[in-house]
Amino acid sequence: MSASVLFDAPGPKARVRNTIYTVAGSAALVGGIVWVLLRLNEKGEFDPALWDIFNYAGIRQNILEALLATLKVFALAGVFSLAFAVLMCVARLSDHRPVRWFAVVFIDLFRSIPLLITIFALWVGILGTMSPFWALVVGLTIYNGCVQAEVLRAGINAVPKGQKEAAYAIGLRKYQVMTLVLFPQAIRSMLPTIISQLVVTLKDTSLGFMILYPELLHSARLIANNTPVNGVYPFVQTVAVFGAIYIGLCLVLSWLATWIEKRGRKAKSGITVASAKEPAASEVAPAPGAPVAADPLDETVVVDKAQDKDN
Amino acid sequence: MNVLLDNLSLFREGFIGTLELTGASALVAMVLGVIIAGFRVSPVPPLRIFGALWVTLLRNTPLTLLFLVAFFVVPKVLFPDLDSFLLAVCACGFYTSAFVAEAVRSGINTVPLGQAEAARSIGMTFTQTMSLVVLPQATRTVVPPLSSIFIALTKNTAIAGAFNNVDLFNVSKTLSNDGYDIAVIFLWITLAYLIVTYAINGLFRLLEHRLEVAR
Amino acid sequence: MKLRKSAATAAVVAALALTATACGGKQGSAGDKPKGPDTSDTKALSYEVKKNVEVDSPVFKAAKKRGKLIIGAKADQPYLGFEDQSTKERSGFDIEIAKMVAADLGFSPKQIEWKTVDSGARETTVAKGDVDLMIGTYTINEERKKQVDFVGPYFQAGASLLVRKDEKEIKGPETVRGKKVCSIVGSTPLQNIKKPKYGAEVTELSKYSECVAQLLQKQVDAVTTDDAILMGYAAQNEGKLKVVGETFSDEPYGIGLKKGDKALQKAVADALTAHIDNGDYKKAFEATLGKSGSEYKDPPAFTDPK
Repeated sequence: MSASVLFDAPGPKARVRNTIYTVAGSAALVGGIVWVLLRLNEKGEFDPALWDIFNYAGIRQNILEALLATLKVFALAGVFSLAFAVLMCVARLSDHRPVRWFAVVFIDLFRSIPLLITIFALWVGILGTMSPFWALVVGLTIYNGCVQAEVLRAGINAVPKGQKEAAYAIGLRKYQVMTLVLFPQAIRSMLPTIISQLVVTLKDTSLGFMILYPELLHSARLIANNTPVNGVYPFVQTVAVFGAIYIGLCLVLSWLATWIEKRGRKAKSGITVASAKEPAASEVAPAPGAPVAADPLDETVVVDKAQDKDN
Repeated sequence: MNVLLDNLSLFREGFIGTLELTGASALVAMVLGVIIAGFRVSPVPPLRIFGALWVTLLRNTPLTLLFLVAFFVVPKVLFPDLDSFLLAVCACGFYTSAFVAEAVRSGINTVPLGQAEAARSIGMTFTQTMSLVVLPQATRTVVPPLSSIFIALTKNTAIAGAFNNVDLFNVSKTLSNDGYDIAVIFLWITLAYLIVTYAINGLFRLLEHRLEVAR
Repeated sequence: MKLRKSAATAAVVAALALTATACGGKQGSAGDKPKGPDTSDTKALSYEVKKNVEVDSPVFKAAKKRGKLIIGAKADQPYLGFEDQSTKERSGFDIEIAKMVAADLGFSPKQIEWKTVDSGARETTVAKGDVDLMIGTYTINEERKKQVDFVGPYFQAGASLLVRKDEKEIKGPETVRGKKVCSIVGSTPLQNIKKPKYGAEVTELSKYSECVAQLLQKQVDAVTTDDAILMGYAAQNEGKLKVVGETFSDEPYGIGLKKGDKALQKAVADALTAHIDNGDYKKAFEATLGKSGSEYKDPPAFTDPK
């Protein structure tokens, strides 16, 4: 439902009122930004010398290396977590009760433990010796794999029952039903959500600072701490630069999700593509044991219909 | 040596710390989230832009970076002398508010169009439509994702443990520095987090049930 | 939607610009030059690299096979263990000690692989074997000896207090009651200052440099840790910070290594003794810590290995 349904086309009075609100709102917004900028200026944060540190080849090289280190972890963790998710999802939907129960417990457990603690424990050596790099990759894989497994399961549940029955009826085996019928459709319909969870994976690589992995945030802290300019530590500047890098990376991924969502909606498979902006699409791992989008169709259909209308 | 019994008071302190951080941040996130969601569907363009900016910026920044801002930029530039608990609550609360806003907004979207149209046609204003018709109905669909958001928040408070706050993660680090077996510490800390997350989960299920009856 | 798209595009452009220009840009070291610790003082120092060294230790053999000795060091302590973020060069007293020991083990400075290890992670890193030697303001104490072995002490430090230049009330550990004192989570000076005897209110962060930043921003009233570390920060922020009072604890610095590796422990001890005796130790001190205002004193007698 677009905002326009919530209020009428404004009449003369409302137009005036809205203009006042607009002006007041803009003024407040601009005022707030100006205030922050003024404060920053007052504290000398716009001193060119402070920003100049990013003009040095060494610092840039440093940032670039950190960026690559972050992307390396992200790439591996992303791929592994998806593979792991498929595995867990199959286990979760298994016909054998012990396997199913194991999957339920495993997924519930690792979704409830803070990733920071998982990574820390892995690094300290709960599973034997592990370098910071692998501790980070494995930690991210386990946590995000569990979340992605539930996303996939929701996707499979969203495939109309008839399809599965039809597939069995024509004599397909279980793995054929899974690989030929269910997974392709589940992945397709859940792709935006999957990608949004990948954004979370990317953001969570920053937890590597805790175990001394030289990723972006680790580098940011060292630069801010070790490069005082005229006795001022460039925290504001590093946060601005590194924040922009993170936001940029995540936006590219989110944008990909939106694009796929749009493309997917045009196709007429009869299966709704989950909205990329669905809250479940983000950090928000469904609650342990909660009816994980047991039927996301109900919700998303409405959302999508409504959104189609305003597009 | 028994890690739990030897350090019971430390564990209790950490557990309470986590609870306090979660509770306070959840409150901040809830209030801010609903306001921002309101901004995003309001008829006033600057508010809509502000809402969009807020959500985009906060959802795409790692929480750790927000903590750096809260602890090293905010005191320096804007407000000195803030308590580190308050700063941690702000970082966690603001971050989570972006997710709450998105959940509430998609909840608003699930309310059938006719409802809002009907409300409009009997002459309700935007505020009335929202508060009397749309939001009460949206609540129902918002509850399940909110439960997930708050569970995520509980886990995110662990980051505050690295920034001068006593919580379960901070306790686990202190104990591991003291030379206790990390596997055992891990076990107890995990158990504590499970208690909190399952409690939140149960609470929200109950809420969901109540709301369903009201339908 | 439009906003997101254009923001994304802008971000990509910015990232590309950053990458593209990574090769260009100014050369040399960013930030304060005259005040920060400088490698030019230590460039003159060099240690003769021994050849064909054999030590009957698995850690040493692995390092030799690798061709690199992995040394854990601090990166944010000027004059002790510091890494210039724009040149990636390390400098400081601990770094020189590391080079001396490495030279006697048959590794040239180029064959040292440095790893930045924060205070709270030192035992874990050494015990796991992520680093071969840990040389970073590492105080020898009984608690830690349960997890790692030490060589040393090679330097005697003591806890002290760093305050802002205009601070009048804090003159020593007896005057910090009710004041906000910052240090690292779980560190010894922090445990001390928290005791009822001193009764300070503590702020726990994960890096000393972050404590110093908080001190400059007036978020805390003092930073406590070893005097050598504090002198470095005071020198780095000349005219803004000062170290006050007598030291109120003994912090003997040692080199940390994996528990039970007697052969390597002895080899490292021999290397240290040799360089203390031939005057390299004193020269290294004067080129690094001496510049921060610390007085030279002869290193204490070794307690480890016995």
